[in-house]
Amino acid sequence: MSDANSKIIPIAKAGNGGDGGSAAHRQLKISVLRYNPQEPSQPPRMQTYPLEEADGMTLFIALNEIREKQDPSLQFDFVCRAGICGSCAMVINGRPTLACRTLTKSLGAEFTLAPLPFFELIGDLSVNTGKWMRGMSERLGGWLHMKEPNPDLRRAEQKMDPDLADKIYELDRCVECGCCVAACGTARMRKDFVGAVGLNRVARFRLDPRDARTDDDYYEVIGDDDGVFGCMSLLACHDVCPKDLPLATQIAFVRRKMVSLGWS
Amino acid sequence: MESSNQLIAGIGLAGTARKSRWPARLDFIQSGTGLVLALFMWGHMFFVSTILISNDAMWTITKFFEGYFFFGKSYPIMVSFVVATVITLLVVHAFLAVRKFPINYRQFTTFHGHMKMMRHEDTTLWFWQALTGFALFFVAAPHVYIMLTHPELIGPFESGDRVWTGHYWPLYILLLLAVELHGGIGLYRLAVKWDWFAGPDPAATRKRLKTLKWALTVFFLALGFATLAAYVKIGIAHAPDYGKPYVPAALQAAPQGVNK
Ligand code: HEM
Ligand code: SF4
Ligand code: SF4
Ligand code: FES
Repeated sequence: MSDANSKIIPIAKAGNGGDGGSAAHRQLKISVLRYNPQEPSQPPRMQTYPLEEADGMTLFIALNEIREKQDPSLQFDFVCRAGICGSCAMVINGRPTLACRTLTKSLGAEFTLAPLPFFELIGDLSVNTGKWMRGMSERLGGWLHMKEPNPDLRRAEQKMDPDLADKIYELDRCVECGCCVAACGTARMRKDFVGAVGLNRVARFRLDPRDARTDDDYYEVIGDDDGVFGCMSLLACHDVCPKDLPLATQIAFVRRKMVSLGWS
Repeated sequence: MESSNQLIAGIGLAGTARKSRWPARLDFIQSGTGLVLALFMWGHMFFVSTILISNDAMWTITKFFEGYFFFGKSYPIMVSFVVATVITLLVVHAFLAVRKFPINYRQFTTFHGHMKMMRHEDTTLWFWQALTGFALFFVAAPHVYIMLTHPELIGPFESGDRVWTGHYWPLYILLLLAVELHGGIGLYRLAVKWDWFAGPDPAATRKRLKTLKWALTVFFLALGFATLAAYVKIGIAHAPDYGKPYVPAALQAAPQGVNK
Protein backbone atom coordinates (compact mmCIF):
# COMPACT_ATOMS: atom_id res chain seq x y z
CA MET A 1 0.00 0.00 0.00
CA SER A 2 1.44 3.33 -0.92
CA ASP A 3 0.68 6.36 1.08
CA ALA A 4 0.31 10.10 0.93
CA ASN A 5 2.05 10.69 4.18
CA SER A 6 0.47 13.43 6.24
CA LYS A 7 2.94 13.45 9.11
CA ILE A 8 6.03 12.89 7.03
CA ILE A 9 9.24 13.52 8.80
CA PRO A 10 11.51 16.27 7.57
CA ILE A 11 14.58 14.99 5.78
CA ALA A 12 17.69 15.52 7.87
CA LYS A 13 19.38 18.63 6.54
CA ALA A 14 22.95 17.96 7.57
CA GLY A 15 23.19 14.31 6.74
CA ASN A 16 23.44 12.17 9.82
CA GLY A 17 25.03 14.67 12.10
CA GLY A 18 28.33 13.98 10.33
CA ASP A 19 30.80 16.54 11.55
CA GLY A 20 28.76 17.41 14.58
CA GLY A 21 26.55 20.10 13.02
CA SER A 22 26.24 23.53 14.50
CA ALA A 23 24.52 23.30 17.86
CA ALA A 24 25.66 20.87 20.52
CA HIS A 25 23.74 17.64 20.27
CA ARG A 26 21.79 16.23 23.17
CA GLN A 27 22.90 13.14 25.02
CA LEU A 28 19.95 10.81 24.86
CA LYS A 29 19.18 8.15 27.40
CA ILE A 30 17.04 5.51 25.79
CA SER A 31 15.53 2.96 28.17
CA VAL A 32 14.42 -0.19 26.43
CA LEU A 33 12.24 -2.89 27.92
CA ARG A 34 14.19 -6.10 27.38
CA TYR A 35 12.73 -9.53 27.57
CA ASN A 36 13.19 -12.68 25.57
CA PRO A 37 10.40 -15.24 25.98
CA GLN A 38 12.93 -17.92 24.96
CA GLU A 39 14.93 -17.13 28.08
CA PRO A 40 12.33 -16.87 30.81
CA SER A 41 15.03 -17.13 33.49
CA GLN A 42 15.95 -13.51 32.66
CA PRO A 43 13.00 -11.45 33.91
CA PRO A 44 11.78 -8.37 31.99
CA ARG A 45 14.04 -5.42 32.74
CA MET A 46 14.83 -1.91 31.55
CA GLN A 47 18.18 -1.30 29.91
CA THR A 48 19.38 2.22 29.28
CA TYR A 49 21.51 3.11 26.27
CA PRO A 50 23.27 6.47 26.05
CA LEU A 51 23.34 7.91 22.56
CA GLU A 52 24.34 11.21 21.02
CA GLU A 53 21.47 12.68 19.08
CA ALA A 54 22.00 13.57 15.43
CA ASP A 55 20.11 16.02 13.25
CA GLY A 56 16.86 14.56 11.98
CA MET A 57 17.39 11.38 13.94
CA THR A 58 14.47 8.97 13.92
CA LEU A 59 14.12 6.06 16.27
CA PHE A 60 14.93 3.87 13.29
CA ILE A 61 18.34 5.50 13.09
CA ALA A 62 18.81 5.56 16.85
CA LEU A 63 18.00 1.89 17.39
CA ASN A 64 20.16 0.76 14.51
CA GLU A 65 23.05 2.75 15.88
CA ILE A 66 22.60 1.15 19.28
CA ARG A 67 22.50 -2.30 17.74
CA GLU A 68 25.59 -1.65 15.60
CA LYS A 69 27.76 0.04 18.19
CA GLN A 70 26.51 -1.04 21.59
CA ASP A 71 24.38 -4.14 21.72
CA PRO A 72 23.98 -6.58 18.83
CA SER A 73 21.51 -8.64 20.86
CA LEU A 74 18.82 -5.94 20.84
CA GLN A 75 15.76 -7.10 18.87
CA PHE A 76 13.45 -4.79 16.95
CA ASP A 77 11.78 -4.66 13.52
CA PHE A 78 11.97 -2.23 10.66
CA VAL A 79 11.38 -2.80 6.97
CA CYS A 80 10.37 0.27 5.04
CA ARG A 81 11.45 2.93 7.55
CA ALA A 82 8.89 5.21 5.90
CA GLY A 83 5.66 4.48 7.73
CA ILE A 84 4.37 2.10 5.08
CA CYS A 85 5.01 -1.48 6.15
CA GLY A 86 3.71 -1.12 9.71
CA SER A 87 6.34 -3.38 11.23
CA CYS A 88 8.10 -0.92 13.55
CA ALA A 89 5.22 -0.11 15.91
CA MET A 90 6.26 0.02 19.56
CA VAL A 91 5.28 1.72 22.79
CA ILE A 92 7.14 5.00 23.03
CA ASN A 93 6.76 6.79 26.38
CA GLY A 94 3.68 4.72 27.07
CA ARG A 95 1.92 5.20 23.72
CA PRO A 96 1.96 2.87 20.73
CA THR A 97 3.24 4.46 17.54
CA LEU A 98 5.56 3.89 14.58
CA ALA A 99 9.23 4.16 15.54
CA CYS A 100 10.45 4.96 12.03
CA ARG A 101 8.29 8.06 11.96
CA THR A 102 9.21 9.31 15.40
CA LEU A 103 11.93 11.91 15.56
CA THR A 104 14.03 11.79 18.70
CA LYS A 105 13.69 15.57 18.63
CA SER A 106 10.00 15.19 19.45
CA LEU A 107 10.88 13.36 22.68
CA GLY A 108 12.65 14.35 25.86
CA ALA A 109 16.31 13.49 26.29
CA GLU A 110 15.22 10.46 28.31
CA PHE A 111 12.48 8.22 27.04
CA THR A 112 11.27 4.64 27.18
CA LEU A 113 10.67 2.06 24.49
CA ALA A 114 8.65 -1.10 24.99
CA PRO A 115 7.12 -3.73 22.73
CA LEU A 116 3.47 -3.48 21.72
CA PRO A 117 1.36 -5.32 24.26
CA PHE A 118 -1.41 -7.70 23.16
CA PHE A 119 0.57 -9.31 20.33
CA GLU A 120 2.87 -12.30 20.62
CA LEU A 121 6.24 -11.11 21.87
CA ILE A 122 9.19 -12.30 19.83
CA GLY A 123 11.79 -10.54 21.95
CA ASP A 124 12.62 -7.03 23.19
CA LEU A 125 10.79 -4.62 20.87
CA SER A 126 9.84 -7.19 18.28
CA VAL A 127 6.29 -8.55 18.21
CA ASN A 128 4.39 -10.78 15.82
CA THR A 129 1.57 -8.55 14.64
CA GLY A 130 1.36 -10.41 11.34
CA LYS A 131 0.05 -13.59 12.91
CA TRP A 132 -2.80 -11.79 14.64
CA MET A 133 -3.60 -9.66 11.61
CA ARG A 134 -3.87 -12.75 9.46
CA GLY A 135 -6.23 -14.38 11.93
CA MET A 136 -8.33 -11.23 12.06
CA SER A 137 -8.47 -11.06 8.30
CA GLU A 138 -9.50 -14.68 7.96
CA ARG A 139 -12.17 -14.25 10.59
CA LEU A 140 -13.66 -11.18 8.92
CA GLY A 141 -13.12 -12.22 5.33
CA GLY A 142 -10.97 -9.13 4.98
CA TRP A 143 -10.67 -9.24 1.22
CA LEU A 144 -12.85 -8.41 -1.74
CA HIS A 145 -15.65 -10.91 -2.22
CA MET A 146 -16.23 -10.39 -5.92
CA LYS A 147 -19.75 -10.00 -7.17
CA GLU A 148 -18.66 -11.73 -10.37
CA PRO A 149 -16.68 -14.78 -9.41
CA ASN A 150 -15.03 -15.05 -12.84
CA PRO A 151 -14.61 -11.56 -14.19
CA ASP A 152 -13.74 -11.19 -17.85
CA LEU A 153 -10.20 -9.91 -17.61
CA ARG A 154 -10.15 -8.70 -21.23
CA ARG A 155 -12.95 -6.26 -20.54
CA ALA A 156 -12.10 -2.76 -19.30
CA GLU A 157 -12.51 -2.40 -15.54
CA GLN A 158 -15.73 -0.82 -14.36
CA LYS A 159 -15.37 2.85 -13.56
CA MET A 160 -15.68 3.96 -9.96
CA ASP A 161 -16.91 7.33 -8.83
CA PRO A 162 -13.74 9.28 -7.88
CA ASP A 163 -15.23 10.47 -4.58
CA LEU A 164 -16.05 6.92 -3.62
CA ALA A 165 -12.61 5.76 -4.69
CA ASP A 166 -11.12 8.43 -2.44
CA LYS A 167 -13.25 7.29 0.48
CA ILE A 168 -12.17 3.70 0.04
CA TYR A 169 -8.57 4.73 -0.39
CA GLU A 170 -8.73 6.75 2.81
CA LEU A 171 -9.58 3.59 4.78
CA ASP A 172 -7.22 1.45 2.75
CA ARG A 173 -4.28 3.45 4.09
CA CYS A 174 -4.21 1.23 7.18
CA VAL A 175 -0.77 -0.39 7.41
CA GLU A 176 -1.80 -3.02 9.99
CA CYS A 177 0.76 -1.75 12.44
CA GLY A 178 -1.38 -2.85 15.39
CA CYS A 179 -1.11 0.41 17.31
CA CYS A 180 -4.89 0.72 17.54
CA VAL A 181 -5.23 -2.74 19.04
CA ALA A 182 -2.36 -2.28 21.49
CA ALA A 183 -3.90 1.03 22.59
CA CYS A 184 -7.37 -0.42 23.07
CA GLY A 185 -8.39 -1.10 26.65
CA THR A 186 -11.14 -3.41 25.41
CA ALA A 187 -8.75 -5.53 23.38
CA ARG A 188 -6.34 -5.67 26.30
CA MET A 189 -9.05 -7.10 28.53
CA ARG A 190 -10.74 -9.28 25.92
CA LYS A 191 -8.40 -11.15 23.63
CA ASP A 192 -11.03 -11.98 21.01
CA PHE A 193 -12.03 -8.39 20.27
CA VAL A 194 -11.58 -7.57 16.54
CA GLY A 195 -10.10 -4.17 17.24
CA ALA A 196 -10.36 -0.95 15.32
CA VAL A 197 -8.23 -2.32 12.49
CA GLY A 198 -10.83 -5.05 11.93
CA LEU A 199 -13.81 -2.72 12.14
CA ASN A 200 -12.08 -0.34 9.75
CA ARG A 201 -11.59 -3.23 7.37
CA VAL A 202 -15.30 -3.99 7.41
CA ALA A 203 -16.08 -0.31 6.85
CA ARG A 204 -13.75 -0.35 3.85
CA PHE A 205 -15.41 -3.34 2.11
CA ARG A 206 -18.89 -2.08 2.93
CA LEU A 207 -18.08 0.91 0.76
CA ASP A 208 -16.77 -1.13 -2.14
CA PRO A 209 -19.40 -1.56 -4.86
CA ARG A 210 -17.54 -4.59 -6.22
CA ASP A 211 -18.04 -6.50 -2.99
CA ALA A 212 -20.95 -8.91 -2.94
CA ARG A 213 -21.54 -8.85 0.81
CA THR A 214 -24.50 -7.19 2.49
CA ASP A 215 -24.84 -5.82 6.01
CA ASP A 216 -26.39 -9.14 7.03
CA ASP A 217 -23.17 -10.85 6.02
CA TYR A 218 -21.09 -8.37 7.98
CA TYR A 219 -23.34 -8.83 10.97
CA GLU A 220 -22.43 -12.49 10.96
CA VAL A 221 -18.78 -11.62 11.61
CA ILE A 222 -18.93 -8.49 13.77
CA GLY A 223 -22.43 -8.51 15.25
CA ASP A 224 -21.46 -9.51 18.78
CA ASP A 225 -19.42 -8.49 21.80
CA ASP A 226 -16.19 -9.63 20.15
CA GLY A 227 -17.13 -7.39 17.27
CA VAL A 228 -18.48 -3.89 17.06
CA PHE A 229 -20.65 -4.14 20.19
CA GLY A 230 -17.59 -4.92 22.27
CA CYS A 231 -16.07 -1.54 21.51
CA MET A 232 -16.48 0.74 24.52
CA SER A 233 -15.66 3.92 22.59
CA LEU A 234 -12.48 4.73 24.45
CA LEU A 235 -11.11 6.16 21.20
CA ALA A 236 -7.51 5.40 22.04
CA CYS A 237 -7.34 3.63 18.67
CA HIS A 238 -8.31 6.84 16.93
CA ASP A 239 -5.89 8.91 18.95
CA VAL A 240 -2.84 6.74 18.33
CA CYS A 241 -3.36 5.61 14.73
CA PRO A 242 -0.15 6.77 13.04
CA LYS A 243 -1.94 6.99 9.72
CA ASP A 244 -4.63 9.26 11.17
CA LEU A 245 -7.44 7.02 10.03
CA PRO A 246 -10.90 8.31 10.99
CA LEU A 247 -11.49 5.34 13.26
CA ALA A 248 -13.96 7.00 15.64
CA THR A 249 -16.29 7.94 12.81
CA GLN A 250 -15.92 4.60 11.07
CA ILE A 251 -16.61 2.54 14.17
CA ALA A 252 -19.65 4.68 15.00
CA PHE A 253 -20.86 4.25 11.44
CA VAL A 254 -20.45 0.47 11.46
CA ARG A 255 -22.12 0.35 14.87
CA ARG A 256 -25.16 2.25 13.67
CA LYS A 257 -25.49 -0.01 10.63
CA MET A 258 -25.18 -3.16 12.73
CA VAL A 259 -27.55 -1.93 15.44
CA SER A 260 -30.17 -1.13 12.83
CA LEU A 261 -30.14 -4.81 11.89
CA GLY A 262 -31.15 -5.64 15.46
CA TRP A 263 -34.76 -5.19 14.52
CA SER A 264 -34.64 -6.79 11.08
CA MET B 1 -39.83 -28.17 18.35
CA GLU B 2 -39.36 -25.97 21.37
CA SER B 3 -37.23 -28.56 23.09
CA SER B 4 -35.00 -29.19 20.07
CA ASN B 5 -34.30 -25.45 19.87
CA GLN B 6 -33.54 -25.49 23.55
CA LEU B 7 -31.14 -28.35 23.12
CA ILE B 8 -29.38 -26.68 20.19
CA ALA B 9 -29.00 -23.55 22.35
CA GLY B 10 -27.88 -25.60 25.30
CA ILE B 11 -25.09 -27.17 23.30
CA GLY B 12 -24.03 -23.67 22.24
CA LEU B 13 -24.90 -23.97 18.55
CA ALA B 14 -27.77 -21.48 18.48
CA GLY B 15 -25.86 -18.74 16.70
CA THR B 16 -24.40 -20.87 13.94
CA ALA B 17 -27.10 -20.55 11.30
CA ARG B 18 -27.82 -16.88 11.82
CA LYS B 19 -26.18 -14.75 14.43
CA SER B 20 -28.46 -13.58 17.23
CA ARG B 21 -29.82 -10.05 16.87
CA TRP B 22 -29.79 -9.60 20.62
CA PRO B 23 -26.29 -8.11 20.94
CA ALA B 24 -27.44 -5.30 18.63
CA ARG B 25 -30.56 -4.67 20.67
CA LEU B 26 -28.68 -4.81 23.95
CA ASP B 27 -26.15 -2.28 22.74
CA PHE B 28 -28.98 0.04 21.80
CA ILE B 29 -30.85 -0.49 25.05
CA GLN B 30 -27.70 0.10 27.10
CA SER B 31 -27.25 3.47 25.45
CA GLY B 32 -30.96 4.26 25.54
CA THR B 33 -31.39 3.57 29.24
CA GLY B 34 -28.20 5.53 29.95
CA LEU B 35 -29.51 8.48 27.97
CA VAL B 36 -32.93 8.50 29.61
CA LEU B 37 -31.39 8.18 33.07
CA ALA B 38 -28.93 10.98 32.41
CA LEU B 39 -31.66 13.30 31.13
CA PHE B 40 -33.87 12.33 34.07
CA MET B 41 -31.02 13.23 36.43
CA TRP B 42 -30.85 16.69 34.90
CA GLY B 43 -34.55 17.24 35.42
CA HIS B 44 -34.32 15.79 38.90
CA MET B 45 -31.53 18.19 39.82
CA PHE B 46 -33.54 21.18 38.67
CA PHE B 47 -36.55 20.05 40.70
CA VAL B 48 -34.72 19.43 43.96
CA SER B 49 -32.68 22.61 43.59
CA THR B 50 -35.87 24.69 43.75
CA ILE B 51 -35.11 24.63 47.47
CA LEU B 52 -32.51 27.29 46.65
CA ILE B 53 -35.33 29.58 45.53
CA SER B 54 -37.58 29.06 48.53
CA ASN B 55 -39.27 26.43 50.62
CA ASP B 56 -42.53 27.26 48.92
CA ALA B 57 -41.02 26.74 45.49
CA MET B 58 -39.83 23.29 46.42
CA TRP B 59 -43.15 22.51 48.07
CA THR B 60 -44.99 23.57 44.93
CA ILE B 61 -42.89 21.31 42.71
CA THR B 62 -43.44 18.41 45.07
CA LYS B 63 -47.16 18.90 45.18
CA PHE B 64 -47.21 19.28 41.41
CA PHE B 65 -45.77 15.80 41.02
CA GLU B 66 -48.24 14.46 43.52
CA GLY B 67 -51.03 15.77 41.32
CA TYR B 68 -52.26 18.23 43.96
CA PHE B 69 -52.88 20.99 41.45
CA PHE B 70 -54.85 18.71 39.15
CA PHE B 71 -56.93 16.78 41.63
CA GLY B 72 -56.94 19.18 44.59
CA LYS B 73 -55.51 16.36 46.65
CA SER B 74 -52.07 14.76 46.91
CA TYR B 75 -51.41 11.32 45.50
CA PRO B 76 -47.81 10.46 46.49
CA ILE B 77 -48.32 7.10 44.82
CA MET B 78 -47.78 8.95 41.55
CA VAL B 79 -44.24 9.60 42.68
CA SER B 80 -43.85 5.92 43.45
CA PHE B 81 -44.76 5.11 39.87
CA VAL B 82 -42.07 7.42 38.53
CA VAL B 83 -39.57 5.95 40.98
CA ALA B 84 -40.52 2.44 39.90
CA THR B 85 -39.84 3.40 36.30
CA VAL B 86 -36.45 4.84 37.22
CA ILE B 87 -35.59 1.72 39.19
CA THR B 88 -36.49 -0.42 36.20
CA LEU B 89 -34.27 1.68 33.97
CA LEU B 90 -31.45 1.49 36.50
CA VAL B 91 -31.70 -2.27 36.77
CA VAL B 92 -31.78 -2.78 33.00
CA HIS B 93 -28.94 -0.33 32.46
CA ALA B 94 -26.76 -1.79 35.20
CA PHE B 95 -27.51 -5.33 34.02
CA LEU B 96 -26.29 -4.48 30.54
CA ALA B 97 -23.38 -2.31 31.60
CA VAL B 98 -21.83 -4.89 33.91
CA ARG B 99 -21.01 -6.88 30.78
CA LYS B 100 -18.29 -4.31 30.21
CA PHE B 101 -16.76 -4.43 33.68
CA PRO B 102 -13.44 -6.16 34.16
CA ILE B 103 -14.77 -9.49 35.38
CA ASN B 104 -11.70 -10.87 37.10
CA TYR B 105 -8.46 -9.79 38.67
CA ARG B 106 -6.46 -10.36 35.51
CA GLN B 107 -8.73 -8.14 33.43
CA PHE B 108 -8.74 -5.51 36.12
CA THR B 109 -4.95 -5.32 36.46
CA THR B 110 -4.51 -5.42 32.70
CA PHE B 111 -6.84 -2.49 32.21
CA HIS B 112 -5.44 -0.58 35.14
CA GLY B 113 -1.83 -1.04 34.01
CA HIS B 114 -2.80 -0.14 30.47
CA MET B 115 -4.50 3.03 31.65
CA LYS B 116 -1.52 4.10 33.76
CA MET B 117 0.84 3.48 30.88
CA MET B 118 -1.20 5.21 28.20
CA ARG B 119 -2.22 8.29 30.15
CA HIS B 120 -5.02 8.68 27.64
CA GLU B 121 -7.90 10.78 28.90
CA ASP B 122 -10.81 8.86 27.39
CA THR B 123 -9.41 5.55 28.58
CA THR B 124 -9.05 6.94 32.10
CA LEU B 125 -12.54 8.40 31.94
CA TRP B 126 -13.93 4.96 31.17
CA PHE B 127 -12.29 3.61 34.29
CA TRP B 128 -14.01 6.31 36.32
CA GLN B 129 -17.27 5.60 34.59
CA ALA B 130 -17.07 1.94 35.46
CA LEU B 131 -16.02 2.73 39.02
CA THR B 132 -18.80 5.25 39.63
CA GLY B 133 -21.25 2.89 37.93
CA PHE B 134 -20.22 0.20 40.35
CA ALA B 135 -20.61 2.60 43.28
CA LEU B 136 -24.10 3.48 42.06
CA PHE B 137 -25.28 -0.07 42.68
CA PHE B 138 -24.90 0.65 46.36
CA VAL B 139 -25.39 4.35 46.84
CA ALA B 140 -28.44 4.64 44.59
CA ALA B 141 -30.25 1.71 46.18
CA PRO B 142 -31.17 3.22 49.60
CA HIS B 143 -32.27 6.46 47.98
CA VAL B 144 -34.57 4.97 45.37
CA TYR B 145 -35.99 2.50 47.87
CA ILE B 146 -37.00 5.19 50.34
CA MET B 147 -38.51 7.26 47.53
CA LEU B 148 -40.45 4.22 46.37
CA THR B 149 -41.79 3.34 49.78
CA HIS B 150 -42.18 6.79 51.33
CA PRO B 151 -43.03 9.15 48.49
CA GLU B 152 -45.05 11.29 50.91
CA LEU B 153 -41.89 12.20 52.81
CA ILE B 154 -40.68 14.66 50.18
CA GLY B 155 -40.80 18.33 51.02
CA PRO B 156 -38.66 21.14 52.43
CA PHE B 157 -38.84 19.90 56.05
CA GLU B 158 -39.37 16.24 55.22
CA SER B 159 -36.30 16.13 52.98
CA GLY B 160 -34.27 18.38 55.27
CA ASP B 161 -35.06 16.06 58.18
CA ARG B 162 -34.03 13.00 56.22
CA VAL B 163 -30.80 14.64 55.04
CA TRP B 164 -29.77 15.80 58.50
CA THR B 165 -31.47 13.94 61.34
CA GLY B 166 -31.94 10.87 59.13
CA HIS B 167 -28.21 10.87 58.33
CA TYR B 168 -28.69 10.73 54.58
CA TRP B 169 -26.22 13.51 53.80
CA PRO B 170 -23.09 11.32 53.58
CA LEU B 171 -24.92 9.02 51.20
CA TYR B 172 -26.08 11.98 49.12
CA ILE B 173 -22.54 13.33 48.83
CA LEU B 174 -21.41 10.03 47.35
CA LEU B 175 -24.51 9.72 45.21
CA LEU B 176 -24.05 13.21 43.83
CA LEU B 177 -20.40 12.65 42.95
CA ALA B 178 -21.08 9.26 41.41
CA VAL B 179 -24.08 10.34 39.35
CA GLU B 180 -22.57 13.54 38.02
CA LEU B 181 -19.26 11.96 37.06
CA HIS B 182 -20.92 8.87 35.65
CA GLY B 183 -23.68 10.66 33.79
CA GLY B 184 -21.37 13.34 32.43
CA ILE B 185 -18.86 10.87 31.10
CA GLY B 186 -21.72 8.68 29.87
CA LEU B 187 -23.29 11.45 27.82
CA TYR B 188 -19.94 12.33 26.29
CA ARG B 189 -19.41 8.67 25.46
CA LEU B 190 -22.84 8.42 23.88
CA ALA B 191 -22.01 11.33 21.64
CA VAL B 192 -18.75 9.81 20.41
CA LYS B 193 -20.07 6.26 20.34
CA TRP B 194 -22.91 7.12 17.97
CA ASP B 195 -21.18 10.05 16.34
CA TRP B 196 -23.90 12.55 17.22
CA PHE B 197 -23.21 16.16 16.29
CA ALA B 198 -20.84 14.89 13.59
CA GLY B 199 -19.45 18.00 12.00
CA PRO B 200 -17.04 18.53 9.16
CA ASP B 201 -14.17 18.48 11.65
CA PRO B 202 -14.57 15.51 14.02
CA ALA B 203 -11.52 16.44 16.09
CA ALA B 204 -12.90 19.90 16.84
CA THR B 205 -16.33 18.43 17.61
CA ARG B 206 -14.83 15.99 20.05
CA LYS B 207 -12.88 18.71 21.77
CA ARG B 208 -16.00 20.82 22.14
CA LEU B 209 -17.93 17.83 23.47
CA LYS B 210 -15.22 17.21 26.03
CA THR B 211 -15.31 20.82 27.18
CA LEU B 212 -19.09 20.73 27.35
CA LYS B 213 -18.96 17.49 29.32
CA TRP B 214 -16.71 19.00 31.98
CA ALA B 215 -18.71 22.21 32.09
CA LEU B 216 -21.91 20.24 32.69
CA THR B 217 -20.28 18.13 35.37
CA VAL B 218 -18.95 21.18 37.19
CA PHE B 219 -22.29 22.97 36.86
CA PHE B 220 -24.34 20.08 38.20
CA LEU B 221 -21.89 19.35 40.99
CA ALA B 222 -21.97 22.98 42.09
CA LEU B 223 -25.75 23.10 41.91
CA GLY B 224 -25.97 19.74 43.68
CA PHE B 225 -23.72 20.69 46.56
CA ALA B 226 -25.46 24.05 47.01
CA THR B 227 -28.78 22.21 47.10
CA LEU B 228 -27.53 19.63 49.55
CA ALA B 229 -26.17 22.40 51.78
CA ALA B 230 -29.58 24.06 51.74
CA TYR B 231 -31.28 20.87 52.92
CA VAL B 232 -28.63 20.38 55.60
CA LYS B 233 -29.27 23.89 56.86
CA ILE B 234 -33.01 23.32 56.93
CA GLY B 235 -32.50 19.94 58.57
CA ILE B 236 -30.36 21.38 61.37
CA ALA B 237 -32.82 24.16 62.06
CA HIS B 238 -35.77 21.78 61.92
CA ALA B 239 -34.18 19.03 64.02
CA PRO B 240 -36.16 19.89 67.18
CA ASP B 241 -39.36 19.46 65.17
CA TYR B 242 -38.18 16.36 63.34
CA GLY B 243 -40.95 14.68 61.42
CA LYS B 244 -43.30 17.64 61.19
CA PRO B 245 -44.25 18.25 57.55
CA TYR B 246 -43.91 21.55 55.80
CA VAL B 247 -47.03 23.62 55.30
CA PRO B 248 -46.70 26.83 53.28
CA ALA B 249 -47.65 30.01 55.05
CA ALA B 250 -50.59 30.56 52.71
CA LEU B 251 -52.15 27.27 53.77
CA GLN B 252 -51.41 27.43 57.46
CA ALA B 253 -54.65 29.23 58.21
CA ALA B 254 -56.58 26.26 56.89
CA PRO B 255 -56.72 23.82 59.82
CA GLN B 256 -56.42 20.64 57.74
CA GLY B 257 -53.69 21.79 55.36
CA VAL B 258 -52.85 19.39 52.60
CA ASN B 259 -51.31 16.66 54.63
CA LYS B 260 -54.13 14.31 55.25
C1 HEM C 1 -26.40 0.88 39.28
C2 HEM C 1 -26.20 1.91 38.55
C3 HEM C 1 -25.32 2.00 37.31
C4 HEM C 1 -24.31 1.18 36.84
C5 HEM C 1 -23.78 -0.10 37.45
C6 HEM C 1 -23.81 1.75 35.62
C7 HEM C 1 -22.76 1.26 34.87
C8 HEM C 1 -22.36 1.76 33.64
C9 HEM C 1 -21.20 1.34 32.90
C10 HEM C 1 -20.19 0.30 33.35
C11 HEM C 1 -21.18 2.02 31.74
C12 HEM C 1 -20.15 1.90 30.63
C13 HEM C 1 -20.68 0.97 29.59
C14 HEM C 1 -19.79 0.93 28.39
O1 HEM C 1 -18.64 1.35 28.45
O2 HEM C 1 -20.25 0.45 27.34
C15 HEM C 1 -22.32 2.88 31.74
C16 HEM C 1 -22.66 3.73 30.72
C17 HEM C 1 -23.57 4.79 30.85
N1 HEM C 1 -24.30 5.12 31.98
FE1 HEM C 1 -24.42 3.99 33.64
N2 HEM C 1 -24.52 2.89 35.35
C18 HEM C 1 -25.43 3.08 36.38
C19 HEM C 1 -26.33 4.13 36.53
C20 HEM C 1 -26.42 5.20 35.65
C21 HEM C 1 -27.16 6.41 35.92
C22 HEM C 1 -27.93 6.75 37.21
C23 HEM C 1 -27.02 7.19 34.81
C24 HEM C 1 -27.57 8.56 34.60
C25 HEM C 1 -27.01 9.61 35.13
C26 HEM C 1 -26.21 6.47 33.84
C27 HEM C 1 -25.85 6.93 32.59
C28 HEM C 1 -25.03 6.27 31.70
C29 HEM C 1 -24.78 6.66 30.33
C30 HEM C 1 -25.39 7.86 29.60
C31 HEM C 1 -23.87 5.71 29.79
C32 HEM C 1 -23.32 5.63 28.37
C33 HEM C 1 -24.07 4.52 27.68
C34 HEM C 1 -23.31 3.80 26.61
O3 HEM C 1 -22.07 3.89 26.56
O4 HEM C 1 -23.97 3.14 25.80
N3 HEM C 1 -25.85 5.27 34.40
N4 HEM C 1 -23.02 2.73 32.92
S1 SF4 D 1 -5.97 1.44 11.85
FE1 SF4 D 1 -4.17 2.75 12.15
S2 SF4 D 1 -3.31 2.04 14.09
FE2 SF4 D 1 -4.69 0.45 13.39
S3 SF4 D 1 -3.44 -0.99 12.29
FE3 SF4 D 1 -4.27 0.45 10.78
S4 SF4 D 1 -2.74 2.05 10.61
FE4 SF4 D 1 -2.25 0.92 12.45
S1 SF4 E 1 -12.93 2.98 20.38
FE1 SF4 E 1 -11.87 2.14 22.12
S2 SF4 E 1 -12.77 0.19 22.52
FE2 SF4 E 1 -13.31 0.79 20.47
S3 SF4 E 1 -11.72 -0.08 19.22
FE3 SF4 E 1 -11.08 1.99 19.69
S4 SF4 E 1 -9.80 1.85 21.50
FE4 SF4 E 1 -10.93 -0.08 21.29
S1 FES F 1 9.53 0.49 9.29
FE1 FES F 1 7.78 0.29 8.00
S2 FES F 1 6.33 1.48 9.11
FE2 FES F 1 8.10 1.80 10.26
